[in-house]
Amino acid sequence: MKWATGSADPCHRAVSPGLMAALLEHSREGVVVCDADGVVTLANPAAVRLAPRLEPGLPLPAPLDSVLSAPEARVVTHDGRQIQVRAEELGEGRIAWYLTAETSRRTEFLLEAARRLAASLNPHRCARAAAELGTRFLCDAAVVFLPPASGRRIEWIRVVPGRSGPDEGAVPAAAAAEVPGLTDALAGLREDVAGRQDPGGTPDWLLPEGFGPVGHLLVLPLPGNSVSAGALVLARRAGRPSFDEDDQGMAYDLATRAGAAISAACLFRDQSTVNGILTGDLLPPDLPEIEGMRLAGRLRASQQAGAIGGDFYDVYLPESGPVERPPLVILGDVCGKGARAAVLAGQVRHSLRTLLLMESRPERLLELLNRSLLASPSPHSYVTLILAALRTAPGGHVQVDLAVAGHPPPLVLRRDGTVEEVAVRGSLLGALQKISLWPATVDLAPGETCLLYSDGITEAFGGPSGREMFGEERLRRALASCAVMPVDALVERLEQLSTDWLRGGQQDDRALLAVRAGRGASR
Amino acid sequence: MIPDLPAAARRYLELIGRADEEGAVGLVVSLLDEGVPAEDVLLRVIATSQRRVGELWESDEWPVAREHGATKVSERAVAAVGAHVRPAPSRGRVVVACADGEYHALPAHIVTEVLRLRGWHADFLGASVPGPQLITYLHREGPDVVALGCTLATRLPRAHALIAACQAVGVPVLAGGAGFGADGRYARLLGADAWAPTADAAADRLASGLPSFPSAREGAARVGGEEYVYLTRHRAELVSRVAATLKEAHTPEGGHDDDLGYIADYLIAAMYVHDASLFTDYVTWTCGVLLARKVPAEFVVLALSVFRDVLNDCPRAQALLSEGVAAAQMCSAARQQRRAFDAGHAPFSG
Ligand code: B12
Repeated sequence: MKWATGSADPCHRAVSPGLMAALLEHSREGVVVCDADGVVTLANPAAVRLAPRLEPGLPLPAPLDSVLSAPEARVVTHDGRQIQVRAEELGEGRIAWYLTAETSRRTEFLLEAARRLAASLNPHRCARAAAELGTRFLCDAAVVFLPPASGRRIEWIRVVPGRSGPDEGAVPAAAAAEVPGLTDALAGLREDVAGRQDPGGTPDWLLPEGFGPVGHLLVLPLPGNSVSAGALVLARRAGRPSFDEDDQGMAYDLATRAGAAISAACLFRDQSTVNGILTGDLLPPDLPEIEGMRLAGRLRASQQAGAIGGDFYDVYLPESGPVERPPLVILGDVCGKGARAAVLAGQVRHSLRTLLLMESRPERLLELLNRSLLASPSPHSYVTLILAALRTAPGGHVQVDLAVAGHPPPLVLRRDGTVEEVAVRGSLLGALQKISLWPATVDLAPGETCLLYSDGITEAFGGPSGREMFGEERLRRALASCAVMPVDALVERLEQLSTDWLRGGQQDDRALLAVRAGRGASR
Repeated sequence: MIPDLPAAARRYLELIGRADEEGAVGLVVSLLDEGVPAEDVLLRVIATSQRRVGELWESDEWPVAREHGATKVSERAVAAVGAHVRPAPSRGRVVVACADGEYHALPAHIVTEVLRLRGWHADFLGASVPGPQLITYLHREGPDVVALGCTLATRLPRAHALIAACQAVGVPVLAGGAGFGADGRYARLLGADAWAPTADAAADRLASGLPSFPSAREGAARVGGEEYVYLTRHRAELVSRVAATLKEAHTPEGGHDDDLGYIADYLIAAMYVHDASLFTDYVTWTCGVLLARKVPAEFVVLALSVFRDVLNDCPRAQALLSEGVAAAQMCSAARQQRRAFDAGHAPFSG
């Protein structure tokens, strides 16, 4: 404590009785003093507000009198109100009690439940949050059972304080039925509003070894979107007080909130599973190993959450069948962005796969694709595309037969670091009845690279001024600087330069696919 | 016999310097077969050599293409270690990701492998992970922790946004990588739940237990500010103006426009975290890099002075730039002293 003067006995000089009374009067902390007989001699207004039964001249009311002097405060309930009480011996048998209002456990619980259960859209994380809230506020062990996703086994997540993390497992419905009331709770039925069940019936597997006998058990349904979102089991050890009315109210709240969170999360999970299945085919394929060459590709979709878009590439390895042909790679760009564009891109990739069963000549393939796009019911089915058939040639060379439809022509990086644009042209697909094509063949010596890219790379706006286009010239220079890199490093570097150029600005889909003749390192 | 790791690291550096993938992967696998712990191969052979690669690039001994080739081979080597030794996961789930715009994937990849070796179920999402993609992943997969890597301090604002986003969906964040500062000060400032200086320390930190839910924080971190916002918005114009002014002034042997862009980025990052040393450290480092490329530190002094003149409405930025100028002047003075010393002591030099 600090005093204004350095006096050895500051109390008497600095604090007059009047000042002392005023201080006590305005203190937010309740202060109570009793004499050696336990009779209240002083109670300031804050103390009386907190504990209305305090009366100077009368003995200290229960349960305040049960608090012994100790540095730690204890929480007691007085007239239904939670009070933190700390007692201090003042000498000569006198004792002071300092009282503050305990933020109600219920308020704290509600705040914490809102914070934790609103956060995640993952059923397991929600279940874990619910179990942790249970053990923090209500019980010694909490187990959440999730609604069976695929039919048979029921997943559970258990939290018991003092163990290193939550335990998880799954049980068949028959085992779940051993827990009193669980089958009904999982079906959304409650026998007892509070969910009280006979603790004696608890099966051993429900709780960790060494937990000890269960004294009190609550089993509650987790209400979901009209179907059950699972069930919540709360257990207290034998010898602990039973779940009182307050506890039961909180358990009910917890189950309601956890049910809402888990069912929203399950909905999200189901939708994203469907989404994943639908979009799985639209993602770029893993690039295969092809004898005598190396491939590397990168795709960045403008819609960052979905990772799919109108740019695409694919590889078609030769298959046994009537048509003999070398491996084929394609890279293309569908008019538009996002899911709609991705669906059309997927159709193009799939159509090609089918056409390749009967046809291998690049020009013919493009003509057939054009016709199928023209026949497509959705308007604006415009596609630009490069087809590149990859033939190995003697001396580690690769011959690339190129057909281009409305797409920027590929670039070739020669061994001496020069960059050439391939003279190959052709019209866009899906617009005109008749397309014109000027195909070309490029010879790659070992270590040389043919780069296919989409206009999202060259037409990226950004740079130092934020308004400049990346442009072909810059792409050529960037490519020239990659002469001695492994081909996947090359593609990665080009993508990074392009991303740096964009500086997080508005972007289009961007695709890069490189073919390098020869195996392994470039030098 | 225990293999000599420093010697192995030297041999490894030689191989990746030639982009010899087979050689480098072969060496790594043979070290494992000889009984070198996989963690040592990752941290004392591969990571050590990668830092050496950085020095060789800094001193202009290796061109950037050679550095890229070497790093690509190291990526394969790291993957090979993972394929060779991979204990079954016995601990919780971690997802490792690099901040948006952060392309230093290899450090985070190494961290991922070390965590796997220590029994974590670790997934690696790769370089530059956009926020929406990371958050979608968190909802779908429900990992216990996000390990967020940031190597470049200039990515701190974006790393901050990611940290906050992960915490908002209830997943705690372990931050790591050089960008968070050698002592992790920026990780703390940006509210990460934990920080680790190295991959093995990250594994230890996870083992000691992270809260299952990010703790509620009181108030927002004190970052950014009015001038920070202004500079972020007008970065492009700023860099163009400085470039134009330098051109008019006929700068002797100028650096690249890229260098001006980096200077702006580090200035902005330093403003974000309110720490001048982030900027002055970069100035000192970049002076060294440019010197190795025969660009004198005077260029940096001049460039920073032009930045300062242009930013006359931004007193905080100007103060930072003044400190930067002082740091660059120190580099220049040190260089002149060394030259004088060399002249006096090397009578036979041509
Ligand atoms: C390889 C490399 C690249 C490659 C990265 C490719 C890839 N796939 O990773 C590429 C070519 C892309 C690259 C680009 C750039 N780079 Co670079 N790069 C490097 C280099 C040489 C090696 C990186 C590496 O692998 N280190 C090995 C790792 C294992 O070491 P570590 O970082 O110390 O990691 C340990 C800890 O930090 C920690 N840790 C690391 N990450 C994480 C993550 C988590 C979650 C945790 C818990 C812990 C943790 O654990 C690790 C192991 O114990 C470094 C040099 C260096 N000293 O690191 C430069 C370096 C990081 N790059 C630098 C720079 C400036 C750049 C560029 C801006 C441009 C340029 N001039 O090269 C671009 C920017 C790219 C971008 N937008 O992100 C500078 C940064 C300078 C500074 N003061 O900030 C460095 C230091 C330059 C140098 N000396 O060569 N780079």
